[in-house]
Amino acid sequence: MKQQKSSPPIQEETIISPYGLQRRNMFKFLGAAAAITAVGVSCKKDDDPGTMNNGAVNLGSGDTGILNYAYALEQLEAAFYTQVVATPYSGISADELNYMKDIKNHEIIHREFFKAAIGSAAIIGLTVNFSSIDFTSRSSVLATAMAFEDLGVNAYNGAGKLIVSADYLTLAGKIVSVEARHAALIRDLITPGTFANSVDINALDTAKSPAEVLAIAGTYITNTIDASNLPTS
Amino acid sequence: MNLKNIFTEIEKTDPEIYDRLDTRRNIMKGFGNLSGKLALAAVPLALSSLLNKAYAGDSGQRVDSINDVLNYALTLEYLEAGFYNSIVGSPGYLTASATAQAALSKIADDENKHVAFLQTVLGAAAVPTPTFDFTGGNGSGAGPFAGYLNSYAIQLAMAQTFEDTGVRAYKGQATALMSDNDILTAALNIHSVEARHASHIRQMRRALGAAGAVPAGVDLKPYITLNQSGIAAPFDAAVAASYAGEEATTQATLNLLTIGGMTFTAEDASAAFDETLDMAQVLAIVDPFIV
Repeated sequence: MKQQKSSPPIQEETIISPYGLQRRNMFKFLGAAAAITAVGVSCKKDDDPGTMNNGAVNLGSGDTGILNYAYALEQLEAAFYTQVVATPYSGISADELNYMKDIKNHEIIHREFFKAAIGSAAIIGLTVNFSSIDFTSRSSVLATAMAFEDLGVNAYNGAGKLIVSADYLTLAGKIVSVEARHAALIRDLITPGTFANSVDINALDTAKSPAEVLAIAGTYITNTIDASNLPTS
Repeated sequence: MNLKNIFTEIEKTDPEIYDRLDTRRNIMKGFGNLSGKLALAAVPLALSSLLNKAYAGDSGQRVDSINDVLNYALTLEYLEAGFYNSIVGSPGYLTASATAQAALSKIADDENKHVAFLQTVLGAAAVPTPTFDFTGGNGSGAGPFAGYLNSYAIQLAMAQTFEDTGVRAYKGQATALMSDNDILTAALNIHSVEARHASHIRQMRRALGAAGAVPAGVDLKPYITLNQSGIAAPFDAAVAASYAGEEATTQATLNLLTIGGMTFTAEDASAAFDETLDMAQVLAIVDPFIV
């Protein structure tokens, strides 16, 4: 786990508190904060230790933290499918390649959406580590895709209750069902008919906490992710 | 028409519904002024605007309680479970491959479990199942989907529409459940399962092509592109409301067609986000199926 070379993340949880702000006001507020950031924040070695000293990428707190959490996961997914499309596994069918291109675009759109929505409080671009994946192997790629998509569903389902803004909750809902559509597709590509074999005894999907998700996702991310300021309930 | 029944059902869980709307007499008088074909066409819209008035714009107090939302979800699950239960073993179903039959049986099982789960959560507050007319004929048995029991293609078209509608319906209620973390999480955990079902049904229809009532030239995907149902005439008109609005390419004021210095097609930008439907929109969609 090493720090990436690019500039450290900008942390503003003491400035930006999205609690109770309507989205429009939130964006206004972010805009104002961005201006402050440009002149007021630099990487001073002695303060803000959680952000700077240990090299970890701090997701931040409140809704901004949850959005950064989602942004981190979308970065991971987008990077994965970008690689899959760049170097398709051997024997990939035309249909499968088209699906991979679609999903790649969806995940990049999600990533860029979060980056733009979070604005100046967004975490840096993460460095991924896909050394455990054999991109020439259909089974390796699809198994990883399934893990990522199911994990995405678990993550958004678990993050819902942590979100304060109704608008952000709805946006998370708009994305998670697309991740679930992907997950079902990938599962069916591996074994037809297994689209919903993820469900429990009540036919419900599973929700995972950020800590549970990052323990898994983190193995594919070079940066250390600091989720310690995220809301927990 | 079953509008009175819908209001009666809502009234059971939200006794103040008529206060929100107007007086009961004025509502029914309002509908009484409509007549003939015009009335049939206008009623969903009228209902929709009435309910929007009733449930939107209240400041401060919670107007639809958690149980209201859960009973609404339960009603939709009754619809889905009842539908799948009716097709499993039907002549149309029996024309499908063993793999396809297994998938439909699996989904039926999931929907029945959703019903049981919500009934358990609601306890005595759970609404009973309505009587359904799965032809979409309001009890006439002669709606646009008449003959669905004999047609695997119609069954899949209906299944897709119910699943995609269910996804949008749950999504639309998430914010109404924010005061109860456990209920919100459970609802989200059902919501994503409906999306998994939708994805699979769409793959089944894609594999069938024209034989599955997929219009010529349509590249049906597991996700919703633009506002296309991917369902051929004459059924397309009956399902259009379930897909209206899905063509959105702007989210939170951000234009997804050009974002991050990249450009994307409207198909990709719209498919990347599913859209919500509010309670009134969904009630208008399911109205023809509830006797």
